[in-house]
Formats: sequence, structure tokens, C-alpha cells
Amino acid sequence: MPDWNGPLERVDDYRWRIPKSYMTGMRVDGIIYADEKIIEDMRHDKAAQQVADVATLPGILKHSLAMPDIHWGYGFPIGGVAATDIEAGGVISPGGVGFDINCGVRLVRTNLKEAELKPKLKDLVYALYNDIPAGVGSKGDIKVTEKEERKLLVEGSKWVVEHGYGKEEDLEYTEEHGAIKGALPDKVSERAYERGKNQSGTLGSGNHFLEVQVIDEVYDDEAAGVFGLEAGGVTLMLHSGSRGLGYQVCDEYSKSFIRCLAKYGIDVPDRQLACAPVNSYEGKAYLGAMKCAANYAWANRQCLMHLARGVFEKVFSVSPGDLGMDLIYDVAHNIAKIERYDIDGKEKLLCVHRKGATRAFGPGHPELPVKYKNTGQPVIIPGDMGRNSYLLTGTEKAQESFYSTCHGAGRRLSRTAAIKACRGRSIAGELQKKGILVMSSGRETLSEEAPEAYKNVNEVVDIVAGAGLSKKVCRMRPLGVIKG
Amino acid sequence: MKRYEQFSHTADIGVKVFGGTLKELFENAAFAMFDILADLEGLKGEITQDFELTAPNHEELLIAWLDELLYNFYAKNIIFYKFEVTELSEDILRARASGRSVSDNRNRLKTEIKAATYYNLKIIKKDDYYEVDIIFDV
Repeated sequence: MPDWNGPLERVDDYRWRIPKSYMTGMRVDGIIYADEKIIEDMRHDKAAQQVADVATLPGILKHSLAMPDIHWGYGFPIGGVAATDIEAGGVISPGGVGFDINCGVRLVRTNLKEAELKPKLKDLVYALYNDIPAGVGSKGDIKVTEKEERKLLVEGSKWVVEHGYGKEEDLEYTEEHGAIKGALPDKVSERAYERGKNQSGTLGSGNHFLEVQVIDEVYDDEAAGVFGLEAGGVTLMLHSGSRGLGYQVCDEYSKSFIRCLAKYGIDVPDRQLACAPVNSYEGKAYLGAMKCAANYAWANRQCLMHLARGVFEKVFSVSPGDLGMDLIYDVAHNIAKIERYDIDGKEKLLCVHRKGATRAFGPGHPELPVKYKNTGQPVIIPGDMGRNSYLLTGTEKAQESFYSTCHGAGRRLSRTAAIKACRGRSIAGELQKKGILVMSSGRETLSEEAPEAYKNVNEVVDIVAGAGLSKKVCRMRPLGVIKG
Repeated sequence: MKRYEQFSHTADIGVKVFGGTLKELFENAAFAMFDILADLEGLKGEITQDFELTAPNHEELLIAWLDELLYNFYAKNIIFYKFEVTELSEDILRARASGRSVSDNRNRLKTEIKAATYYNLKIIKKDDYYEVDIIFDV
């Protein structure tokens, strides 16, 4: 593949600009949060071009943004953020959310310390692997009629909590309380229902995972205290999304939105950027369907967490609640949200696309749980399975990125390149030497997901922290990993 | 002629598909997708299914065809491995695919494909064959 030779102008230590003069049709500049190393890597694929492509979306405000975990996607780059002005004809793009609608992460604390966990780690990882459905074609725990499924799509996490999966309090610590308002089940096709009906409560495959971790460094004692975390403490992180239901919703709307380009006179450089005004019939229909898929994903992660809590209780032979497995937060990183911003002194309603980017509200934001008013929103950043993950908090400064920050380490190698690099090696064996026990149902998942396939999450987080988009609270190290 | 080859794409899986005719290009694209999803070696058919699809042009028809097969894989649990496009015009595709139920072949499953994307999609006519690059979201 030829290198990308477009302009990347250095703004400061953490920001690089693609000027809108680069390409006809760009309405705003592109801004990429990165260091020199990441910028150098970006020359070798088309992620930067995708930042420029997104800048052509009607109604886009300020900048087409990309976080330091940016990598080459389809249409939008992974790590892309774009906000459009709804009143000014701003658009919504199904491709700007992606197939895995509300792919996201949740972090759970425990009362356990690393020393207590270690002797039981093997039992715990095996039990998690057995009890939590994962991998391609897996079926879930929740079987519901279509009528009930419609309710689940509107009520999200609340529906599963009412059916015995978790506790009321979990909802308080989930973005949108696990059910975004305005979901329209009628806008979800029969086919999407069909693809989703057996998959509630399944992890999925690929980069989806469940990880038992230990906190190995605390940067902000006060915030860590609020979240009930301290060095040496054990946490549980899980990463999953809306499964087949979300994929089918995106698939159908991506297809039908191609027709909207001509209908609304929109010119974009790639069909995968197909979009329609948020306020159009099509825009509202997609938003209603997307919210259903988002609620399904929150319900799914709630169910997975409940199953995992059960496994912990079984392995440690304690009664529910004794392990203090409280949800710290659950946050989406593939979603479009309608949010209010002050733009040059005027309040505006924006449609913020976060495609592989995490919402990061600063302290005092009205949508945060009361307990987190002073800390800012918890931001959960999973790394690769051999290095670290982070808990960050949102900042007021992140308003410049529409309260968005990175969502992970970001891939560096393609899956084929990773498999090639791992040929003849035992990734599980290498990780075991580092004290990490890994299990996966996929044949090649461990090679595809090998640590070296990812950028170093520590460097990615240093950039968002340095740019002021988020603040470090603590760093985790994996002990046990279940991959799909 | 090779049916397809994989190329590097950072986040997803890219395939370059070849076909002596457009029909063959569509057949080979379907084969490539299922070859990524599952181990097809030695699979014998028990289910055949007919397809009829419409779309405004060949490129969108190609994605419609792949998505239709993918939907059948997930909703009806069929691993397809043989494809015959019987009719292909600018906007209509008729085809038959043979496959086998996933249930007794679960150990064959490899990679979950979420969807075929439109990204950079362009069917190119070479001197005596066709080719197209397709990115699958995995």
C-alpha cells in the first residue's frame, strides 16, 4: 500500500492538523491527538485520509477529530469523533457509529487482594470460561419472546435487572442508566430481532473479553478512594457490544442511507460514510433503532457482569455481596449521542459520533451520578492482554473534543500480520510466564490479539492525559483473560 | 486463477477477490467470506437455498449478496461453501448456495464477521478477469 503523504501539521506536543485546504469538500480541519511515533505509523495506512473524509460531513462543527488510538477503519477511522449541528442540517451516519453499536466496557471493583486471588486464579479463569458464553456462534442465557425483546430494547439494563440479573444500584453507574431514551423498536427489522434473540448474555469474539486484573499503580488517591479502589486490589473488566442485533441494524441502515445521499444532495467521498440529516425521517428512524441496539448492549453487559459475579461467588464460596463487586462504571465507545454544547457563546444541540472513542464528562456534569460529581466521569481504557488497562476521569478541558477521549490501545498490526508474527509461538505460554492466564474459544484469537498487535496503551494514555482530555486515576495489570 | 487473497487491513479483514466473469467474482466473494468464517475443507452439502436480490448497481448488489448469506449463517445456522450465480444483470442477482448446518460443525467456526462494508468498494474490469477489494468488519 502506498504511504499517505497528505499534510500533518504540528500544532503542539499532542495535536496535529490536517488543514481543510488539503481536500475539496472538507468543511473543517482535521485534528489528531498523537505523538511523533503515532504520526509516523499513520503514514503507512489510510487512517489520516479517513479523518479528512469525515470532515466533509454536512453540519460538522469545529474539527474532525481523532484520538491517539486511531487506526484504519472503514469510512470513519477507529478513534474518530465528529459532532454535527442538528439545527444547521447536521447529519447522522450509521457508519460513524459502526456495526457494533454501543460496543463498550465496564469495570467492577472487588474486596479481593491479589494475594487472596492468586491461589484460586486457575479455578476462577476456568469457571469464567465455562460459565460465560463466548466465541462465534455462541448462545446466551436469556431467551425471550419477541414481545419481551421489544421491552428489553426500550428498557435496556433495567429489564435484565428486573429479571434477576444484578441489582438496582448497577443502573446508577451505567451511562444513560443502561437505557437511552427514545428507542424505537418498530424501527428495528425482524431480521435484527432474529439475529439478536439468542445472543443476549454472550461475550462475542475477536477483541471482546473479560479480564481479571490487579491495580498496580494509583495516580489519583482521592478519585481512587471515591471509586473504592487501591493498589493491589482486584478488578473485573468486560468488553462487549450489541452482538448480531447491532450489526444487522447498522447493516440495513448503511444500505438504505446510500439513497439519502442523492435525496438530500449530500456529497461524501465513500459510500460507507452515507448519512442523512438528524432531523430527517431517515435520521430519526436510524437514531431510534440505534438506541434499541445500544440498550441491548447495556443489557448484555449487565447480564455478563451478573454471570461473572456468580462465578466469583462460587469460586470463593462466599454469599452474594460479600466480595463487594460494585460496578464502577459502564461506558460506550461506539455510539452517536445528542448532547448540548456551548459553541461560541450559543447553546447548540449536537449529534456527537464516537467511533472508537469514549465519552469523558468533566466534574460537575449534570449527567454524572451524584457520587462522581467531583471526580468527573470514570473513563475505562482497556489495553492489550499482556500489558495494562487504565481508569481515567473526564476533564472540563475535554470540551474541546466534545468530551471525548481514547477508547483503548488501538491496533498496530493487521490480524493477518499478527498471525504471521505469532506463527510457531505459544502466546498463552508467553503470557503465562508473565503471570497471566489466558483462555480463548477462537482458534486464532490469541495470535490476532497478541500484545504486539496493539500500540502501547501507556503511550496512548500519556497523550490524552498530556493533552488534558482525561486524568489518570489508576493502572491495572491483567491476571486472567477470557477471549471470545 | 486464485479465487481470492487476503490483504492487510489494520482493524478488519480485507480480501482481493478474482473472477473470470462477474458471476464468478460474486461466487468467489461468497466463498472468501465463508472461508474466513469457517474451515470449509471436506464439508459436504445437505442444504441448498435459492436467493434473489435486487440493488441499484453491481457493487451494492455484491454487498447485498454477502450480507444475505451472512444473515442466513447467523439466523439459520448454515455454513455455505458452494455458490452458483445463475443470473446476474445490473440490478438483479439469482443464485443457489449449498451448505451444512452449524450444529454438528461448531468446531469448524473460525472468525466472526459482523458485516461486509462498502468502504473503497470498486469492481474493476481487467483484460480478461474482474477483481474487487472487500473489507469485512470482524
